[in-house]
Amino acid sequence: MGTGVKHLLDFQGWTVEGIQGILETADVMKEVLERPVKKVPALQGITVCTAFFENSTRTRTSFELAARRMSADVLTFAAGASSLSKGESLRDTIETLNAYKVDAFIVRHHASGAAHQVAKFSGKSTINAGDGRRAHPTQALLDAYTMLKEFGKLEGLKVTIVGDILHSRVARSNAELLDLLGADVTLCGPATLLPKELQKGRVKLTNDMQAAVKDADVVMALRLQQERMNGGFLPSMSEYALTYQVNERLLELAKDHAIVLHPGPMNRDLEISGSLADSERSRIIAQVEYGQAIRMSVLYHLLVGKK
Amino acid sequence: MMLEIKNIKRVGSDTLESLFIEDGKIRGWNLSESASETIDGKGATVAPALIELHAHLREPGQEQKEDLASGLAAAAAGGYGTVVSMPNTSPVVDDPGIVTSLIQKADRLGFARLKPAAALTRGQKGETLADLAALKDAGAAMFTDDGRTNENANVLRRGMEYASGLGLLVSVHAEDATLRQDGVMNEGVVSQELGLPGNPAAAEAARVARDVEIALLTGARLHIQHLSTARALEIVRQGKKAGAPVTCEVCPHHLTLTDEALRGFDAMYKVAPPLRTQQDAEALFEGLLDGTVDCLATDHAPHTQAEKEKDMLEAPFGIPSIEVAFPLMYTRFVKTGKISLEKLLDLFTAGCARVMNWEVPSLEEGAVADVVLLDLENSKAVDPKSFKSKARFSPWAGDELYGWPVLTLVNGRVAFQG
Ligand SMILES: [Zn+2]
Repeated sequence: MGTGVKHLLDFQGWTVEGIQGILETADVMKEVLERPVKKVPALQGITVCTAFFENSTRTRTSFELAARRMSADVLTFAAGASSLSKGESLRDTIETLNAYKVDAFIVRHHASGAAHQVAKFSGKSTINAGDGRRAHPTQALLDAYTMLKEFGKLEGLKVTIVGDILHSRVARSNAELLDLLGADVTLCGPATLLPKELQKGRVKLTNDMQAAVKDADVVMALRLQQERMNGGFLPSMSEYALTYQVNERLLELAKDHAIVLHPGPMNRDLEISGSLADSERSRIIAQVEYGQAIRMSVLYHLLVGKK
Repeated sequence: MMLEIKNIKRVGSDTLESLFIEDGKIRGWNLSESASETIDGKGATVAPALIELHAHLREPGQEQKEDLASGLAAAAAGGYGTVVSMPNTSPVVDDPGIVTSLIQKADRLGFARLKPAAALTRGQKGETLADLAALKDAGAAMFTDDGRTNENANVLRRGMEYASGLGLLVSVHAEDATLRQDGVMNEGVVSQELGLPGNPAAAEAARVARDVEIALLTGARLHIQHLSTARALEIVRQGKKAGAPVTCEVCPHHLTLTDEALRGFDAMYKVAPPLRTQQDAEALFEGLLDGTVDCLATDHAPHTQAEKEKDMLEAPFGIPSIEVAFPLMYTRFVKTGKISLEKLLDLFTAGCARVMNWEVPSLEEGAVADVVLLDLENSKAVDPKSFKSKARFSPWAGDELYGWPVLTLVNGRVAFQG
């Protein structure tokens, strides 16, 4: 069973078939979540550790719920609340957690590559729940799944991602995955936040919002961090909103059936207009819902039968 | 007391000869006199001991990473007779008393000879000059704020002028910190794909351009440390043509590794300035051949294992290499026919001496008996566990290398015997 891949760190080493397997199993998990008893025994006897070195209540909740719904035991580690990890190397922290007989790690960390290091130090199956600017593969999978549910296929879909591409693991993982699955990806943002090296394969870069959104099937707005002002990347929040906000007026350029996504948490009326986020074009709540099913599916593919 | 080292070959010769050493000096070759002590060189190649212009020995203050004993023993094992240590310790070497105590301690240890560099500015803060004359009197060999970058151009100018009046040079870590930002690796395709904050090549080139202009303005000697980019090297080349009194060094890791090495997210490869691209590495090598690069320096930067096992943002910068520098360069570039052994040795010895205005080392009668024997015939794998340095990691671990030092003499006494 499964993909033959031990980790989900990014999509390197993953095949289209492996990814399709995860997307297909997500349908089954979605159905489980609609039952009165939302629990299956698939991961009984397996212990999953959520190692969160960076706060993210939503992502952690989503992963922990996904693990519990598959009957796994969950060990929760949050660096902020723990004496463990202070001044300690990443390796020491992981080895300590590993001593609790953990079968898999779900890692969130502020440094790119930390998930790779955890996989190496622990030797256990590792899922990247977001590392630095590097990757957030389950977010990309749930975004792809949302598009799939909407349009039935990803091939040839025009997906536009708008915002702080430079610092975004969501943008990187989406570009990687969608390119692999045959969608056309356009990354759009101000030149200071648009790394030109990311342009390859079917991935295009542009500063021009009109051109980027024209005929798009999907428009995704990224969260803009306040720090980008201090870092000198942008003149002001208001100028950003004026130029790069995803809103109804802009969406008129997109296809009639176009949908809007956002990985959350949103800055309403900054990167996305509040009214658009609440409109019938928005699939932002569906993303959260599908996130559950996708994470269950990922755990299933990586862990079932591995014990 | 006379020491004879027999069965050794001079560079470029297959004849087995004997070198005689007395009272710390070379006495001569193939003498008929009898020695009180004999060492069998077993066919090794003999050369003047190597000179290191850029090592971080971490004492005082960070002895968990390295100390004089481990660092200088490592240097001797790497074939070095003389080491210039960097002053970014804790406290900073900006006080003549620290210089004196470091030299005295190193003398007692009897490994490689220590020539400490002192800070150019008080506390290496880049604001006011340290007591340069007093530091020189205590034995400081050069001045540098390495570990940091000299952001204030005027302070650097005054420091260079003052130091040149003392007959010493200033060396600089040339990197514009406002362009470097929080970069942990070379800014480029790889950093963008890995999502790690990048340090653009322009940060180095821009700063080198400024510093070459200051050297032209003042006429004072400036040495640029660990050049890593093709552009910065080109600026040095132009500066030299224009008559700027500038010298520069490159490091073995910038010649043999690229930013592709970071793909595995191993902080062992995190170094400042960062590993650049293949084109940069090739340009630096061209610089060795055409004389733009004056010498090789290791920037030996030991850290504890635990520090290097932190994440990519938190782990400290630095690659330790003093024990493998010569075998690495020999195997990669001499064995492959890219550079001659004579030229490589020059970059490790005489080139360094010329930068410092020291007597050029030789094996002729009367010269100081700083000597290394190199085994050019047999290979050995790099094994960090056997390092004399406290650092126990190496990007070249497991690599089979030729050219290992088997004996290092400093002032005619054995500092290392393999
Ligand atoms: Zn430096």
